[in-house]
Amino acid sequence: MKNLTQILARMGGVNLLPVAVAAVAFVLIGVPSSWVTLTVAGLAMGMMIFLMASGLSLVFGLMDVLNFGHSAFVSLGAFVAASVLTWLAGWLGADSIFLNVMALFLALTAALIVGLAGGWFFETVIIRPVYKDHLRQILITMGALIVAEQLILAVWGGTPMAVPRPQFLEGAIILGDVSIEIYRIFAFLLGLAVYVALYLTLNRTRIGLLIRAGVENREMVEALGFRIDRLFIGVFMLGSALATLGGAMWAGYETLISPSLGAEMMIVVFIVVIIGGLGSIEGTLLGAIMVGLVGNYVGFLMPKMALASNMILMMAILMWRPSGLRPAVK
Amino acid sequence: MTLLTLNAMQTNIEQYAVLHDVTLTVPEGGVFVLLGRNGAGKTTTLRSIMGLWRPSPGSVTFRGEDISALHTAEVARKGIAYVPENMGVFGGLTIEENLILATKTGKFDTARLNRIYDLFPALKTFWGKQAWSLSGGQKQMLAVARAIIEPRDLILIDEPTKGLAPSIIDAMADAFREISETTTILLVEQNFHFAKSLGRDMAVIDDGRIAHTGSMADFAADKALQDQLLSLSA
Repeated sequence: MKNLTQILARMGGVNLLPVAVAAVAFVLIGVPSSWVTLTVAGLAMGMMIFLMASGLSLVFGLMDVLNFGHSAFVSLGAFVAASVLTWLAGWLGADSIFLNVMALFLALTAALIVGLAGGWFFETVIIRPVYKDHLRQILITMGALIVAEQLILAVWGGTPMAVPRPQFLEGAIILGDVSIEIYRIFAFLLGLAVYVALYLTLNRTRIGLLIRAGVENREMVEALGFRIDRLFIGVFMLGSALATLGGAMWAGYETLISPSLGAEMMIVVFIVVIIGGLGSIEGTLLGAIMVGLVGNYVGFLMPKMALASNMILMMAILMWRPSGLRPAVK
Repeated sequence: MTLLTLNAMQTNIEQYAVLHDVTLTVPEGGVFVLLGRNGAGKTTTLRSIMGLWRPSPGSVTFRGEDISALHTAEVARKGIAYVPENMGVFGGLTIEENLILATKTGKFDTARLNRIYDLFPALKTFWGKQAWSLSGGQKQMLAVARAIIEPRDLILIDEPTKGLAPSIIDAMADAFREISETTTILLVEQNFHFAKSLGRDMAVIDDGRIAHTGSMADFAADKALQDQLLSLSA
């Protein structure tokens, strides 16, 4: 048993889990084209969930803050991006790829800016007074989520909002029997690019080193001469901006959004953070991909179990690894 | 010359007063040992100096400047390093990353790094390993190395021998002797035999109050006083 564990660890350890899940699904689904379509959809969904969850994982790990208001940024990002895209509808439908790309770029940038500014406001006004008090954090951030939902309702109305997509992201690539939506490929690549940027920042820069150290032992980072409270606000703003970016991408994926989007995503985002391991970007990516793949495979094989599948996945992983798949602190 | 002064320092943790009117003067140079039984207030004293717990009333003066209202990070930047009882190494970071975090510029001074290699050769051997995989002794070496990777005026070290093998304790004593030639050490210790081999001056804290101060040589010679203050049988 020990030898088997060592062999698995050398082969990649828990990183192999998505491959194992995909292999099992391949056997159960039996139709290669369906399996490829579901796998690509799962990976794309996983990457968008990764965008939403990565910031929460860092905030949770570094600041020990249970921020249930995080998913408000998902909604906000979705509605801001949808509004910009609607406003630039003429550019989206144009034949010019440049105008298409510019419209998407402006929509995502607007979502990011709102995330950064909202994150600064949220940390300064709502989170700072309740550091080190988990019960008050839960109450106040849940309250903030409800307030944010109501604000979105007041600004954008209760009718589900259609989200136009840029022309160049419409359609699908056909490979034999397999049809892969271009938007899903784009979502996957964007998520991957953000992951690589985050990974390099955390592992190759001094600020990243400080964040990783702060996740483990805030007090010691301060005793080395660093003001971790200033780092907190930066991480919180970054986390909120990533959530708005994830929300913006999700809006384009769903093409129809409602103010309850954030609350609907909250559970999934928390599941990903918990199964990935607090404060770990690698863990969050792994957790998000697992959730994306399992959700899609189960949705195809046993549609009635689709909603329960993520909960079952979380329970199974926590029974096996109580600190999550790849926690930042060992 | 006086380096650090604690003036009538009282520290409360939640509703409990842990330190009462602690007054202490630490001279510059050598090893100053703070002895005391479990729960006497030794760790609280060090944490209060670092600003991790706030003394009120009372003050901490370092090189003549009142530092009791400063943030912990600012206390550290004054030239005070802290090695906590649990060592405080970052397990997910390599030895190199732990040390680089303690530098001011993110770059090593080669001479200081070589000095660390001489003091603790194991750190060079396991340079790229994550700190969680090190033994207890190696973690303590890393914690001390982190405190001396930059020039400091004062190092606060909390019970460095706890749980270590005798051979590691001897190596640690040699390292402290060498470090104290250039940097003042305020050492909190329960292991009296280790402490008396290093200390020049000393104090005993009991129930949150300074019960005795003097030279280590005098205290080591007075068995009755040791028994009274530390309940030592040997």
